[in-house]
Amino acid sequence: MTEHPPEFEIVVVGAGPAGLAAACSAAEANHRVALVDETPWLGGQIWRGQQATGPLASAAKWFARFQRSRAVLFDRTTVIAAPEPGLLLAERDGQPSRIRWARLVVATGARELFLPFPGWTLPGVMGAGGLLNLVKQGWPVRGQRVVVAGSGPLLLAAAEGFARHGARVICIAEQAPRSALARFGLALCQHPGKLWQAFRLRRGLRGVPYRFGEWPIRAEGAEQIRSVTLTDGCRTWTHPCDLLACGFGLVPNAELALALGCALQEGNVRVDHWQATSVPNIFCAGETTGIAGADSAIIQGQIAGYAASDQRARAEALFAQRAAWQRFSRSLAQAFVLRPELKSIATDETVVCRCEDVSLGRLRQFTAWREAKLHARCGMGPCQGRVCGPAAKWILGWGMESVRPPICPAKVRSLVAEQITGSSLTTDER
Amino acid sequence: MRMSSPLYVTINGRPIQVPTGTTIAAAIAQAGVLRFRRSVFGHPRAPLCGMGTCMECRVTINGQAHCRSCQTLCVEGMEIRTDD
Repeated sequence: MTEHPPEFEIVVVGAGPAGLAAACSAAEANHRVALVDETPWLGGQIWRGQQATGPLASAAKWFARFQRSRAVLFDRTTVIAAPEPGLLLAERDGQPSRIRWARLVVATGARELFLPFPGWTLPGVMGAGGLLNLVKQGWPVRGQRVVVAGSGPLLLAAAEGFARHGARVICIAEQAPRSALARFGLALCQHPGKLWQAFRLRRGLRGVPYRFGEWPIRAEGAEQIRSVTLTDGCRTWTHPCDLLACGFGLVPNAELALALGCALQEGNVRVDHWQATSVPNIFCAGETTGIAGADSAIIQGQIAGYAASDQRARAEALFAQRAAWQRFSRSLAQAFVLRPELKSIATDETVVCRCEDVSLGRLRQFTAWREAKLHARCGMGPCQGRVCGPAAKWILGWGMESVRPPICPAKVRSLVAEQITGSSLTTDER
Repeated sequence: MRMSSPLYVTINGRPIQVPTGTTIAAAIAQAGVLRFRRSVFGHPRAPLCGMGTCMECRVTINGQAHCRSCQTLCVEGMEIRTDD
């Protein structure tokens, strides 16, 4: 197999800001580039629905640039394994496919951090960014009472989005103290664009209380959420609501990079100044290397795309901009550091692993992630620990040290396609 | 992907009209269905992450089980079943 030349010089996984920027930067220099994404749209999660609802200026610019470039798009394509260097195994519409690369850019973005608490599995309790994503593509919130809770600047953006779509936002409860936020506000002054964005979002939320040092401890309801109870550490109170949009920041989607053997540093994929990972010919850009937002991801994506296509001078010209966003990223992490009280909002009865219904009490019978996986099936369901893994890490201090293929749920025939090509296997298990 | 021309899908056998560009998850919510699936212990579940990672939104589309409804757009005539 290895005697065949690669189909693509550069393959980019993830069509968010970082991936789009990487693909454009390499393809515009006439390299054979493929962009792979599991969704049917460009823009990843942050720019999702932009085609539908009037594009953001930056999103529109990159969409147009990508269409003009000669990069090939594999949409609705989920990468499920990396069986050997230079080869990705993917699935599209349930059919297996192989994608060969000489250089790879991993731009798989980030997901929200969910912390379990009683009632968090009820329908109507969703991620803040998660619900915003759904609302952008038709999820009905008009007239609904929404409580927004958790941590990070995404809460503000989400709340503004809900309000714009006709929801009644009851309040935004940010767990970080006001003092930490004030320092972040000062850091924001170095990024006038971000400051303006924050101002604009807040203006769209006139009359909605944005409160600090408050967090959810319980959601109640039978078939769906009816109310949420918040606390400030001293008092508790309850808001009736139809939806709770709740996220505690972002965690990198490092699964593909891990499967490729890339080294991590504090949960982020470790990269050098060319955005190169510890594995030769594999680059990484955007939130997967550390949470810093879409503007940072664009810069990193361009650097990765230029470096992967040997346009070193162009990459180098962006180093200063990247450094500025790295400072922003550090002040972001400092401002929204999670308070220790959030380690004890889950009770022993609270489900941590939603796929297999494994409670915190059951998890406490074990001493490590691997042991809990083997004995309680925690993290063995369809999400493969993407939700409960970071939660268990936060509550119990457990690390997930490795990833096993398939990195996403896949059909057995896709997995065996590599070994038994052309066989007539009809197994359709997941 | 403009939110303009309407299309029809069925949710648990019931037809519903949605604008182009609507995800299947959103169509299910528009149809008033609260529960997308039941958990191992029978508890009601609905989308959590909205980004294709938690798998709580999985439903059956045109007979194919375990499809992520938050990552899939409605196509005319799709038959969608939530997992009861």
